This record gives sequence, C-alpha cells and structure tokens, in this order.
Amino acid sequence: MHAPPVLPRLPALLVLALLIALAGLGAARAEFAFPALTGRVVDAAQVLPPAARAALEAKLAAQEARTSDQFVVATLPSLEGTSVEDYANRLFRFWKLGQGEKNNGVLLLVVPAERRVRLEVGYGVEGVLPDAVASTIIQTAILPDFRAGDIPGGIEKGADAVIEVLNLDPAEAEQRARAAASPAMSGDDWGHILFVVLMIAFWGFVLYRQARSGNLRMRGRRGAVLPGSTAGWDWSRRGNSGGNSGGGSGGGGFSGGGGSSGGGGASGSW
Amino acid sequence: MTSTFPGLAGAWRRLIAPLLLIALALGLAGCGVNNIPTNEEKAKAAWSDVLNQYQRRAELIPNLVETVKGYAQHESQVLTQVTEARAKATSIKVDASTITDPEQFKQFQQAQSQLSGALGRLIAVSEAYPDLKANQNFLALQAQIEGTENRIAVARRDYIEAVRVYNTELRTFPGVLWASTLYRANKPMETFTIPDEQTKAPQVKFN
Repeated sequence: MHAPPVLPRLPALLVLALLIALAGLGAARAEFAFPALTGRVVDAAQVLPPAARAALEAKLAAQEARTSDQFVVATLPSLEGTSVEDYANRLFRFWKLGQGEKNNGVLLLVVPAERRVRLEVGYGVEGVLPDAVASTIIQTAILPDFRAGDIPGGIEKGADAVIEVLNLDPAEAEQRARAAASPAMSGDDWGHILFVVLMIAFWGFVLYRQARSGNLRMRGRRGAVLPGSTAGWDWSRRGNSGGNSGGGSGGGGFSGGGGSSGGGGASGSW
Repeated sequence: MTSTFPGLAGAWRRLIAPLLLIALALGLAGCGVNNIPTNEEKAKAAWSDVLNQYQRRAELIPNLVETVKGYAQHESQVLTQVTEARAKATSIKVDASTITDPEQFKQFQQAQSQLSGALGRLIAVSEAYPDLKANQNFLALQAQIEGTENRIAVARRDYIEAVRVYNTELRTFPGVLWASTLYRANKPMETFTIPDEQTKAPQVKFN
C-alpha cells in the first residue's frame, strides 16, 4: 500500500489556487492607479506651490466645517488613457467623497499634462451646483488662468467660485450643515426599531413558552448533557487582534465620508 | 451540573427545534439563496437609473432645438433629424421585460444611439454660429446636455456591472443550483454593446 498520489501534488494545487485567487484580486482592484486620498488637496501632478496648497487646504477644511460638504482638489499627471469624465467619476467613487447618506462631495480634477479639467459633483450637491453652473465656473473662473499658463491661479479661483456657490443660499447651506450634525430619525427608522423590538419580544415569548413547557414535562427525568461552555473559546485573543487592526486606517485624519456621484458636473479643456 | 438543573436540560432539548430552524435559515442565506433576487433588484434599480437619464435627455432636447432654430435656420435638416430621432426614442415602450428580451433591448439601444448621433451632429453644426455660441441659454443647455450624456454613460456603466454580477450569479456555482430550482423564471439580462455604426469607420463626404 502506498500513499495516495494526490498528496505530493497538494502543495502545487495550493499554489495554483492561491495564484488564481490573487489574479482575481488583481483584476478587480488594479483598474486604475488612483492616488491615495492624503488630504483635501492631492497634488499628484505637483503643480501647486506649498503656500498655495496650504491656503487651499484651509479653505476646503473651513467649507467642510461650515456645511459638511467634502470638497477635494486633485491634480494628476495622467488620465491613464480614459476620458476626464470617466476618470473623475471613478476617482470620486474610489475616494467616496461626501458624507454617507448625503453624497455632498465635490471634486475638482486638473490634469495639466493633458490640458483637461473636471468638476465632478456628488448626487447631494447637484441641486446647489448644477451642470450649467459647474460649466460656467470652469469656463469663466478656471480656464482663462489655465490658458494663460497659471495653473495654481486657476485652481484657486475655481475653488473660490465653487465655495461661493455652495454658500450662496445661507438657509439651504445651514440646513445641509444641520442635517450633518444630527441625522434626524425618519419614520423608517422608527419602523425598524419597532420591528426589531417586536422580533425580540416574539422570540423571547416563543423561547419562554418552550422552556416552560419543557420544564414542566421534563421534571424528574434526566436531561441531555449541556453542551460545552463557551469559555473554551479564546475570546480575549480575538478581541486583541481586532483592536490592533483598527489602528492603521485614517492616516492624516482625512478620508472620504462614503458619498457617491452619478456623473454630475462639467468638464473643460484648454 | 446536569443533575442540578434537570429542568434546564429539558428546556435545552425543547429549544433545539427552533434553534435548528434559525440555523437552517441563516445557513441557506449563507449559501446564497438570496443572491439571485438581491442581484436582480440591484440590476433593475440600475436599469431604472439608465431610463431616468435617457428621459432627462429627451426632456432637454425640445428646448435645445428651439434655441438653435432661432440662430441657424439653415440647419433644418439636422434639426429635423434630432426631432425625429427623439420622437422615435420616446415612442419605444420600455418596461421591466425589456432587459430580458434581446430583441426589445436592441431596439431601445438602437433608437437611443441614433438620437445620440443626431444630437452630436446638432452640437457640431452649432459650432459654426458665433452668435449661437455666445447665447447664454444655449451655453447652459449645452452644459446640461453634456452633463446628461455623462450621466447616461455612468448609469450605463453601473447597469453593465450590475448585470454582469447578476448573470454571473445565474451561471456559476452555487447560484446555478438556485437558478435551476427556485428561480427558474429568472432569465439573464441584456447589456449594452457598442453599436455597429460606431465600430464602422466614419464616412467623410464632400459635397
């Protein structure tokens, strides 16, 4: 009797499975080489002087503090062969700009090497910053400076114009800010709570009935052996490893809020 | 321990049935019995977003045609083409069955891509009229149309992805088991293709 022939091949099979899994991962992830969201200004094309960059970042942070709108400015060295519209939308979704439910993100994307600019607007800000307004900002505030060769100046004027539009209607802006501070409980939420409470009550009742009738009938008989206690499980170790892995994210203190965009906004070239 | 709580042990035995039921339900959910309906709903939602964006474009067109007419009467041919293509695109009946019916889906896609072509020509010819290009109304409409075209592109991309997930679930393990038992009525959905006229080289005519 000799060993089954599959055993020596096992490592090879494992490696193959691993390779297939990795290939799948790679295909799903590496569609475009998006830069990391390192801050409110991502200057991957390195066109902004440090002072302009810091001033811009302060403005964007102030805007988020005021109305919770996440406005991010990005410059890129290349569009990786796709259109600026396509790239901006994918990057917007990759970074998840805007607060979760409200989708109030805005992305100003500048690609100096390909002379393309796009203002991508999240679902939630489309009402305040419609396509026609975004187009006007690009045509009148950004492109004249870009055509004159002043990329930082155009970006600054464009950002100012967007911030001005976002704050145009103080009542509306305040409403957006308030909604961010305390998400109101909607009728739906109350419905869910009621449902959960009813579920718990129902199952509690069923288990109680079962336990009681079992208790009455089984009196005096030897019951089945109780299953092993959960103390054997190494809970503390699990807890520790979970805690450790949580610390890595959020470097720089800024990340997307989970918003999305459906392709609103405008683009231009110079 | 068991002898001190005979009642508790009995209760445990009585509890096994409902617990098993819960475990069975969770187990079924875990092996993907819900995946097909979930993915189907996602694809349908993506489809209604596609329709929504096409609808939005169709609503913008009459305004654009009126504005261009005021400046470029000579382009009546292009204007008529746009109006006719719009009428044709909006006259096609679209419902939930469109996405599982290849013939209907093809019709819909053809009508919409014809409208896209006509609209592109209209925007192109309007470039020749400086007065029109200076008109604020026209600029706003143009930005809106471009924005809508882009939204259509995004909605189509989302729909293609949702259909890919749904169709894959129907044809791969373990989804294929559920597809052949519980969800026999679920058919694969149609997805957008590049229309023939776009794969052909453009013809240039001088006349």
